[in-house]
Amino acid sequence: MMTDKEVQETMERINGTEEITGAEALLRCLIEEGVDTIFGYPGGAIMPVYDKLMDYDHKLKHILTRHEQGSAHAAQAYAMVTGKPGVCFSTSGPGATNLVTGIANAFLDSVPMILVTAQVVSGLIGTDAFQETDILGVSMPITKWNCQIKNAQDIPGVLAKAFYIATTGRPGPVLIDIAKDAQINKLQFRYEKCTYLRSYNPNVPVNMKAIESAAIMINHAQKPLILAGHGVLLARAENELLRFAEKTGIPVAVTLLGLSAFPSGHRQYAGFLGMHGNYAPNLLTNEADLIIAIGMRFADRVTGNLNDYAKKARVIHIEIDQAEINKNIQVDIEIHSDAKIALQNLTAMVRENSYESWIREFRILDNIEYDRVIKEETKPASGRMRMGEVVKLVSDMTNGDAIIVTDVGQNQMSAARYYRFSNPNSFVTSGGMGTMGFGLPAAIGAKIGAPDKEVIAFLGDGGFQMTIQELGTILQYKVPVKLVVLNNEFLGMVRQWQDMFFEKRYAATELVNPDFIGIAAAYGIPAKKITEREDLEESLKEMLEAEGPFILETFIEKEGNVLPMIEPGASVSQVTLNYKG
Amino acid sequence: MKQEFTISIFSENHIGILNQITIILTRRQVNIESLTASESAVKGVHLLTLVVEVTPDMVRKISRQIEKLVEVLKVFVHTSDQIIYQEIALFKVSAKSIMTGDILERMVKHYNARILVVSPEYIVIEKTGHKSEINELLEKLETYGVLQFARSGRVAITKQVKELTHYLKELDEASRKTPGEPVLN
Ligand SMILES: Cc1ncc(C[n+]2csc(CCOP(=O)(O)OP(=O)(O)O)c2C)c(N)n1
Ligand SMILES: [Mg+2]
Repeated sequence: MMTDKEVQETMERINGTEEITGAEALLRCLIEEGVDTIFGYPGGAIMPVYDKLMDYDHKLKHILTRHEQGSAHAAQAYAMVTGKPGVCFSTSGPGATNLVTGIANAFLDSVPMILVTAQVVSGLIGTDAFQETDILGVSMPITKWNCQIKNAQDIPGVLAKAFYIATTGRPGPVLIDIAKDAQINKLQFRYEKCTYLRSYNPNVPVNMKAIESAAIMINHAQKPLILAGHGVLLARAENELLRFAEKTGIPVAVTLLGLSAFPSGHRQYAGFLGMHGNYAPNLLTNEADLIIAIGMRFADRVTGNLNDYAKKARVIHIEIDQAEINKNIQVDIEIHSDAKIALQNLTAMVRENSYESWIREFRILDNIEYDRVIKEETKPASGRMRMGEVVKLVSDMTNGDAIIVTDVGQNQMSAARYYRFSNPNSFVTSGGMGTMGFGLPAAIGAKIGAPDKEVIAFLGDGGFQMTIQELGTILQYKVPVKLVVLNNEFLGMVRQWQDMFFEKRYAATELVNPDFIGIAAAYGIPAKKITEREDLEESLKEMLEAEGPFILETFIEKEGNVLPMIEPGASVSQVTLNYKG
Repeated sequence: MKQEFTISIFSENHIGILNQITIILTRRQVNIESLTASESAVKGVHLLTLVVEVTPDMVRKISRQIEKLVEVLKVFVHTSDQIIYQEIALFKVSAKSIMTGDILERMVKHYNARILVVSPEYIVIEKTGHKSEINELLEKLETYGVLQFARSGRVAITKQVKELTHYLKELDEASRKTPGEPVLN
């Protein structure tokens, strides 16, 4: 027999007039948007949501990280490998402020995220109540949009808007701050996806005149060069890029976040751009007569000194965010558009072509880079191991098929330089922010997002320790990630700058490290430390064959430098190949 | 070369929009010379009028960044010759000094000002005009003792023919188009 209350509730459910709490409404919104994984950390203000989450655990998997920053990085990596927005929960006050680094990181790299922070009860907002922080004010410059909810009935509408804004146009993080009483109070739930906001228009129509002019310019170019950025991956335009490149025969260089948007093994692949990028694409940027920039923003790490950047080239800029066009460099043709649509239209209009002698120029410089830098880095005759040789071996052993995650510093640049990517969205790194501590939690998020892929993270001994507590998350959820610690007993990248620009005065960069293997053991994670290169291949094999998580600590040359380098203030044509202190 | 620009921002009435705009200006170290905010002629749409002194390149960059804000509908940038604009100023002047002879009357007439309040102690004068005109009157009145002075931000109307409602309609149509529909312009 049902009680009167149960009868009434059943009737309401059937009639669609049932009232649910704000907390439940939030979870149902997420389900409506196709969310199945949440990264987060509970606390007082968000307890109603977590309580309801127990009833929805069959639909919404929650990953409890060990720090809110970890949840934000994990959610970002999850988003980068799945193409779905990453979702985070955190409590008010310190929970919310702990997300800040992660939000800023996602904002600079244009990754869609929904960050739900709890807020103190609405009556206390503004009174400096316990664990009250003005997270709207704090997050305003680092979110694409943010909003506070004080009334339960606003939850569905605001969440729908949040997903729409986060995932369309140039994607980015959106923060929704929900007062505790709005989580508890009831509302009649009805969900409708948001598809339109009059003040926000992500569906920019393509300007066909600009496409036409661009096609003419491309057809007449002698030395054209494509610069592909993260926008290609965000627009899921890697196939369109491939078709466009193959039809026109134009070489393709990529930015740090554009890595994996174009296969590294392709004969038209021109390499990785920027401060520690490849020799050929940096140097030849200043020889090109046409630059076709796609979904990239001419960041300073890519351009070097702007006064001597691509001066011989005309520039076509395909970019969804109009504020990026003509921001750092003046362009000749502006194609304010989604990369996929622009490339489809452009490919139809350009003629088939090939640039054999131009591509040969790249190969000649590639050979110089190989002789002067790569050979020694990947096949050193003596001394401690090098980062390049470790990464190269991992690349060969995985056939470029793994998802590579990095921390920040020399480990990151070495991974970017020496891994050969075959699949789109297989490189997860912190680009615009350069956030140390990103790697470990990002590896967790990437593995959870792509469980069928091998996920390998390259971590510095410094960055590893910034979020090392996330080993607890690996332990709890048995996340089978492979962590390669490139231990040089230094904050290597900063030490490199001290070496090159501060007369080798190693101020605060030498690290006295703990016993990482002992730490791994405490978390129940199989681990191995190697000091000799003879053991490298064998140990990597052991790591790759391990069913569960595995940590391989490698002892790396203490004072190795990542080269080539465009020194700060130098131009892309002034690349330092050798540095001998 | 830096010059004066009037930026008119039409936005949704969203809490925090002014904050978002000033964050963009502050990051670029741009000072707001004047600011006026109010509801526009279109219900629910707010109009913010800013005056800034920057280079043409800078004004383009910041206006595109402002237009990128989710709640901003449209941003217009104008040089002073492209708009009709006014500021309003109120002067409170000691009655004793200025009531001698016909000084007050002459001044009001000459500056096209208006007397709002007359009391035994003070007189309140209102002047609408450009900043330079208001400054000139302020200077003149100072000889008689200005007790208080308050000046508004700029309000401006553009000389162009296309009106906001027109843009709103365009925005509306553009957003409802499916992505990729070619547009010839
Ligand atoms: C949170 C944070 N703090 C400081 C820095 C500055 N920084 C950039 S690289 C680097 C050194 C990283 O050392 P490690 O993690 O050992 O990596 P390595 O360069 O040695 O591979 C530092 C301190 C940063 N990027 N992020
Ligand atoms: Mg290190």
